[in-house]
Amino acid sequence: MIPDTVAQIIPQLIPELGHLALVIALAFAICLSIVPLLGVHSAQQKLMSYAKPLTFGMFAFTAMSILILAYSFVVDDFSIKYVASHSNTLLPYYFKISAVWGGHEGSLLLWVFSLTAWTMAVAKFSKDIEQEFIARVLAIMGMIAVGFIAFTLLTSNPFDRLWPNVPMEGRDLNPLLQDVGLIIHPPLLYLGYVGFAVAFAFAVAALMSGKMDAAWARWSRPWTVGAWMFLTLGIALGSWWAYYELGWGGWWFWDPVENASFMPWLIGTALIHSLAVTEKRGTFRNWTVLLAIFAFSLSLLGTFLVRSGVITSVHSFAADPSRGVFILVLLAITVGGSLTLYAFRATNVTSFSRFALYSRETALLLCNIVLVVAATTVLLGTLYPLLVDAMGYGKISVGPPYFNAVFVPIMSFLFIVMGIGPLIRWKKAKKGELRKQLLKPSLISVVVGLIFPVIYGGEFNLLVSFGIILAMWVFLVVVKDIVNQYRNKVKPSRSHWGMAIAHAGIAVCIVGVTIVSSYESETNVRMAVNESVEVSGYQIEFKGIKQVEGPNYSAEQGQLNVYKVNADGENDFVALLKPERRAYKVQTMGMTEAGIDGGLFRDVYVALGDPLEDGAWAIRVHYKPFVRWIWLGALFMSFGGILSMLDKRYRAKRTSSAKQTANAVQVKPNVQAVSELS
Amino acid sequence: MLMRLFLPIVLIFTLSFAADLAQASPVDTFEFKDEVTKVRFQALSKELRCPKCQNQNLADSNSPIAADLRKELYDLLQQGKADSEIVDFMVDRYGEFVLYRPRVSSVTYILWFGPALLILIGVIVVIVILRKKPASKENLALNTAQQEKLKKLLADSADTGSSSAPSSVEKE
Amino acid sequence: MNKIIRFLPLILVIALGVVLYRGLSLNPQDMPSALVGKTMPEFALSILKDGNKTVSKTDLSGDIVLLNVWATWCPTCKYEHPYLVDIAKNPQVTLYGLNYKDDREAAQEWLTHYKDPYQFSIFDEEGTLGLDLGVFGAPETFVIDHHGVIRKRFAGAIDTRVWRKEFEPLIKQLIAEKEQGK
Repeated sequence: MIPDTVAQIIPQLIPELGHLALVIALAFAICLSIVPLLGVHSAQQKLMSYAKPLTFGMFAFTAMSILILAYSFVVDDFSIKYVASHSNTLLPYYFKISAVWGGHEGSLLLWVFSLTAWTMAVAKFSKDIEQEFIARVLAIMGMIAVGFIAFTLLTSNPFDRLWPNVPMEGRDLNPLLQDVGLIIHPPLLYLGYVGFAVAFAFAVAALMSGKMDAAWARWSRPWTVGAWMFLTLGIALGSWWAYYELGWGGWWFWDPVENASFMPWLIGTALIHSLAVTEKRGTFRNWTVLLAIFAFSLSLLGTFLVRSGVITSVHSFAADPSRGVFILVLLAITVGGSLTLYAFRATNVTSFSRFALYSRETALLLCNIVLVVAATTVLLGTLYPLLVDAMGYGKISVGPPYFNAVFVPIMSFLFIVMGIGPLIRWKKAKKGELRKQLLKPSLISVVVGLIFPVIYGGEFNLLVSFGIILAMWVFLVVVKDIVNQYRNKVKPSRSHWGMAIAHAGIAVCIVGVTIVSSYESETNVRMAVNESVEVSGYQIEFKGIKQVEGPNYSAEQGQLNVYKVNADGENDFVALLKPERRAYKVQTMGMTEAGIDGGLFRDVYVALGDPLEDGAWAIRVHYKPFVRWIWLGALFMSFGGILSMLDKRYRAKRTSSAKQTANAVQVKPNVQAVSELS
Repeated sequence: MLMRLFLPIVLIFTLSFAADLAQASPVDTFEFKDEVTKVRFQALSKELRCPKCQNQNLADSNSPIAADLRKELYDLLQQGKADSEIVDFMVDRYGEFVLYRPRVSSVTYILWFGPALLILIGVIVVIVILRKKPASKENLALNTAQQEKLKKLLADSADTGSSSAPSSVEKE
Repeated sequence: MNKIIRFLPLILVIALGVVLYRGLSLNPQDMPSALVGKTMPEFALSILKDGNKTVSKTDLSGDIVLLNVWATWCPTCKYEHPYLVDIAKNPQVTLYGLNYKDDREAAQEWLTHYKDPYQFSIFDEEGTLGLDLGVFGAPETFVIDHHGVIRKRFAGAIDTRVWRKEFEPLIKQLIAEKEQGK
C-alpha cells in the first residue's frame, strides 16, 4: 500500500530518527537540570516530582538513539559515516554490534547511555531518600548529561551521513577490536567511570543542601560500590585481553589510557572506605565529599586524555584538539564548579566523634591518604612528559620502570595498614588486644613468606618473600576477623563478608603479581618442523602450520604440542596449542592470536613470529606462573563489592526505613543546635 | 586555495610515514652467548622506547626502527658493553625520549622525589588531624543558659513529632 | 587557615587545567633530534652510484649542507622529490642524499627516473649511519653548518610551505653567522 518511493525513503530516514532521539534526550536533560531545582528552591513538591519522569524521558530517548545506531550497524547502513568507517558486510553480527563503541563517536554515545542508565537507576531505587535530596541529585546528573550530549551532538555526531556517495562497503572494524574481550570491556569500563557520577551528584547535592551526615553516606555507598565494582571488572578485563591478545604476555603497561582508568579506581577505593567511616562514625565528611568529587573528576580527566590527542597511546581515539577544548571546558565547569561549592560550603562543624591514635579511624585515614598519594603519583607520571614539554624542556618518556619503582613501595605500605584495619576497634583500640590479635597472622605470614621461594623456586628470594608476606598478612587478618565474629556468636553481615572477600581478592592479586613477576620466563627461538624447545620444565614441539579460514580472515595456524617433563624425565602430553597469524581481508593488517594452555597455577603461552626459510618459524614461548591469580583476585574484589551492595540495611522496608531516616536526621539538629549555642 | 589542499595531503603522507600499528609482538631469533645476556636483553628492550611508535617499548613494537634497534642492542650486548654504556649510546642518538625510566636530573626531581614528599605530607596531615585539640570535658559541658536553650529546642522538635532522644550513630 | 585549605583543591585543579590547555597546542608526536648541536658523526660508506668509491664526512663539503634521508620504499619521498630538485638549484645550500636501507639497483633506477638532485647519495644499506644520526624513518633532512655541526633535523616531507617556515630562517641565520666569522 505504501508507494515505492516512500518505502525507499523510510529506511534512509532511520539514522535521522536516531539523531533526533538524541536531541530530544538533550531537551529532557536540560529540563531535568532545571525543573527539580526550581522545585527545591520554591519548595514546590510537584516540580520536584517531575525529576523521575524527566529522567525516564532522557533515558528512553538515549536508549532509542543507541539502539538505532546498533541497528544501522547490523543492517550495514553505510550511508552513516561512522558505520562505514567501522564496519563491513563480512563482519560477524556480534562484532557489528560491538562496533557501535569501536570508535570515538559511538563510544561517546555509549558513555552518555551509561549516564542516563545510572540516572534512571538512581531515580528508581531511591524510595528511602528524601525527595528534596533526590531532586537535587537527579538534577546534577541531568547537568552532566547536558554537557556530554551537547558534546556528542556538536563535535562527535555518530549519525553524520555520507550523502550522496554512499559507499558499497565499509572499512571494517579494527581487527584488534574483533574479540570477545573487547566487546565487554568498554561497557563495563564506562559503567564504572560514569557510575562515579552518582557519587559525585550525591556529594554535590550534600554540599548544596548542607546535609552531609551519616544518612547521606548510607545512601551514597551502594551506588559508589556498584560503580567501583564495574570499574574493577572493566580494568581486569582490559588487562586480561591485553595478555591473551597482544602476544607479549604482559598484563599492564602503565599506558596513559590504562592509568586514566586506574586513577579513578584508586580514589574510588578510598571513597568507599571514607563513606564507611562517615556512615558509621559521622566523621571524615569533608574528606568523603572531596573524594567523591575527585573520583568523578578523574573519570572526566580520563575522557579528556583519551580523546584530545594530548598524550600518545596505542589506546587513544583519533586525536582532535578541538574536541579536547570542549572536554576541557566541561571539566572546568564540572570540577571547578563543584570544588568552588566545596570551598564555600564544606561543613565548618567539627564532628564530635574523636578517635585515638590507635583506632580503626586512623587506620582508614592512613589507607585513604596512601591511596590518594598513589593516585597522585600515577597522575604525576602520566602527565609529566606533557608538563616537561609545556615548559620547553624537551621530550621525555615516563614508563613502566618509573611506575613500578614508585608504586610498589607505596602499595606495600598500604597493604601493611590493610592488615590492621579489620582487626582494630573503632574510636580507641584496647591496649594489648590489638597486639594479641595481630600476633598470629604476622608470625604465620612471615614464616610462610620466607619459606615460599625456597620451596617453590628452589632458592631464597627477598622480593618474592616480601610479596607473599604481605599477601598472607592481608588474607589472614580478614580470616581472623570472620573467625572472631563467629566465636562471638555474631553472624557477619553481607557487607562484612563483602569486605572480607574483597580484601582476600587483593591478597590473591598480590600473590599473582609477585609470582609471575619473579618466576616468568620467555624464549624466542627459531623452530623447524618437529623441533623441540624446553621452557621451565615444559617441552614445546613444533609440528608445522595449517591453513585455516575465518569469517573475514585467513590464517596460518601453528600446531604445537606441549609436554610436561615429569619426575621420570618422560614427557606427559599436556595440550595442543594453535597460535595463528591472521590476515584480515579488508583492513590488510597482520594479527596474531596466541595459543595458551591456561591453568590456575601456570599458563604456557605460544605466539608465532615470522616465517623463516625452509618451513621454519620464529616462535615465542612464555611460561607464566600464577598469572591468572591477578584476574581471579579482581573477580573476588568485584564479588565482594556485589555482596556489600546487597547488604540488608540498604533494603530496609518502608516502615523501618522511616525510623532509620528519623534517627539519622536527629544527628543534624543536635549538631546544629550545639553550634548555635557556642 | 592551493595551500588548503597541501596541508591535508601532507598530513596524509606524514601519517603514512609515521603510522605503524603493531598487531603482533615481534619474535627475534637471536642466540645469546649466555643466559645472563639474554635476560639483560629482555630487560633492556623493555626499558627502551621505540622512537616512532605510539608508546611501545622495543620488545613489543613491530616497526622497522624497533627491529633495527633490537639488533643494535643485541650487538652491543654481545660485544660486552655495560648497561649504562648501551643506554648512553641510545640517548646520544635518539634523545632522552627513548628512556622509559627517566634520568634523575633537575628536570625530573619532582617526578622522582614527589611521591616520597607526598607521603610525608600525608603523614603530617594524619598527625595534625589526630592532634587537633580534643574537646575537653569543660568545653563540652554546657553552661546553664545553654542548657535552657537546649531544653527549649528539644521541646520544640518533640512537638513536631520526632523522637526526643538523640540516637548515637555508632555501629559495630 | 581552614578557609585557605578549602580552596586548595580548586587552586590545584586550575593549575592542572592550565597545563592541559597548554598541552592541547603541543604535538606529542614531534621528536626533536638528539644530534642538534653535535658534530656530524664519522662514517665510511660507498656512494650510491659507485660501490668502490668510499666517502666520509669530510666529503660533505659546503657552507650549508643539507643531508636528505630517502629510500625507494618511502612513498612520501616521492612526493618530496620535485621540491628537492628545486632546492638543489639554490646556491646557498649544497644537497647530499643518504639512501637509507635500500637496494642499490632500485635506488639508482629511481634517481635516473625521477632526476638526481644530490651532489651524491651515500649508500647506507645497513642503516648504520642512519642509526648514528638518530634516524627513525624517511624522509628526514639534516642541516649542517660550515663547522660540520648539525643544526637541525626535520622529519617529514619538504615542500614550499615547509621550506619557508622551517628552513629559510635557519639558513639566513647560518649565512649571517658565517659573515660574522663565527
